[in-house]
Amino acid sequence: MEDLIEIRWHGRGGQGAKTASLLLADAAFNTGKYIQGFPEYGPERMGAPITAYNRISNSPITIHSNIYEPDYVVVVDDTLLDAVDVTSGLKESGAIVINTTKDGDTLKKKLKNYKGNIYTIDARKVSIEALGKYFPNTPMLAAIVKVSGIMTEEQLLSDMEGSFKHKFAKKPEVIEGNMKALELALSQLKKI
Amino acid sequence: MGIRERLSGNEAAAIAMKQINPDVVAAFPITPSTEIPQYFSTFVSNGQVDTEFVAVESEHSAMTACIGAEAAGARAMTATSANGLSLMWEQIYIASSLRLPIVMSLVNRAVSGPLNIHNDHSDAMGVRDSGWIMLFSENNQEAYDNLLMAHKIAENKDVQLPLMVCQDGFITSHSIENIELLEDDKVKSFVGTYKPEHYLLNKEEPIAIGPLDLQAYLFEHKYQQAEGMRNAKKVIAEVSKEFEELTGRKYSFFEEYKLDDAEIAIVCMNSTAGTTKYVVDQLRKNGIKAGLLKIRMFRPFPTEEIAKALSHLKAVAVLDKADSLNGAGGALFEDVTSSMFVNKVQVPVVNYIYGIGGRDTTSKDIESVYNDLAKIADNGGTDDFYRYLGVRK
Repeated sequence: MEDLIEIRWHGRGGQGAKTASLLLADAAFNTGKYIQGFPEYGPERMGAPITAYNRISNSPITIHSNIYEPDYVVVVDDTLLDAVDVTSGLKESGAIVINTTKDGDTLKKKLKNYKGNIYTIDARKVSIEALGKYFPNTPMLAAIVKVSGIMTEEQLLSDMEGSFKHKFAKKPEVIEGNMKALELALSQLKKI
Repeated sequence: MGIRERLSGNEAAAIAMKQINPDVVAAFPITPSTEIPQYFSTFVSNGQVDTEFVAVESEHSAMTACIGAEAAGARAMTATSANGLSLMWEQIYIASSLRLPIVMSLVNRAVSGPLNIHNDHSDAMGVRDSGWIMLFSENNQEAYDNLLMAHKIAENKDVQLPLMVCQDGFITSHSIENIELLEDDKVKSFVGTYKPEHYLLNKEEPIAIGPLDLQAYLFEHKYQQAEGMRNAKKVIAEVSKEFEELTGRKYSFFEEYKLDDAEIAIVCMNSTAGTTKYVVDQLRKNGIKAGLLKIRMFRPFPTEEIAKALSHLKAVAVLDKADSLNGAGGALFEDVTSSMFVNKVQVPVVNYIYGIGGRDTTSKDIESVYNDLAKIADNGGTDDFYRYLGVRK
């Protein structure tokens, strides 16, 4: 498990952070990896802060606990920056990816001068453009794949098409929009 | 070769049930096992199984329906957690006393109160003396594999006892992980068809099941029940061997992880064993001879084998994910220490109550236990054996 990558997701109930973590697990699984994808269940309410996790490795993963020192953190809702210590334990060799339109200086202050890499994406804009509705999880999935390098962009795109077809078997009309959201997110990710 | 998949523990249990295709499933939803009957009822409505799914009004009725089905001569399964199991309590004993090999998926959760939906083992520990065979599973793979082996063990004529397969609520039940599935036809031929010797729907042999049983015979029937449990050991070994030949996956009464040359070891069950393996690997890199004994077969309890496996150690910690609230120690601790005592194994043992109500157990927590054990090994023992891990006092 030396190559183990640990990711922590912060979102609000209803935004799909849990689904995004499961989709990431799915995509990594399809490239031959060993994976874990699990949410931290609390009182489930729309809008309440929620946490989800991923472990990804080339060898079997036996550890079963939450993640306290992640390599990467994904923040699906930037209002959480004031409510949750999102960089808690985050490795400086890692990175944080935030769905936000805030500028770098503001973010650095909110992140208590976190020294690792900071990436931003306007997932709302991407989602509205691609899907006509605000579902931030698909753009955030693309963003974390690009930042972490778990797989290539090509692998992600070809793989997710299959996953979306499976996941949205009853709503095929949203597959194209989700694929567009992935592509837009890959091109609009910014490094602070 | 099996089928490479990624499933949650609940999905794995539901898929196992689909492949087993039992005659009857009766269940009532309760967190965190709700998904099992939920997925299974989808298989029923899609025609992927020909099971009679009984959507009962309570867990008491779920177990009662399973008892009725098994007594009639059918193969019955159910799933539950925590307070659902509590509500089955009366029927749990009846199922085992009537020697009905019902198979249950128990997704372990804290028994109220106050209300808590997260994992510990207080539900399972509450029925540890009810005459059910109890197998524990570290992850989704083991929950799946144990279920595939369950009927062959439970229905064996020398056993004829109900069996529950435990896994940790949320920690494994809701975590998506890699798993290797067996092909449907292989499961079907491995599990086989249920051919009970005596059953209510046999018109050639009219019988009564479960009538009044007073001073004259109840004792003998209880003795036979205990014999069935003792026989289960041999049958579990045989079925596990057969399963290994089919899948290459080896299952024993317990798993010994780097225990052979270990000086200090942890004994625990379910998902914590996985975290412990990770810690053992880290400690081994620093030359610390740490090991793990992971219990799979908790009922019947493999007393001699456990005593033998621990006999060479300098210190042992038994981790209980339920506090017995008895002033004496957790259930697993008591079983392990009495096994050691009667088998004349003298090794210092300490008990840690941990993970209650879903309190996360980290690799650092486990590491601290090994650090304690190293000190106990140096000092040759301790009087402070009833301990807590990760509690705020």
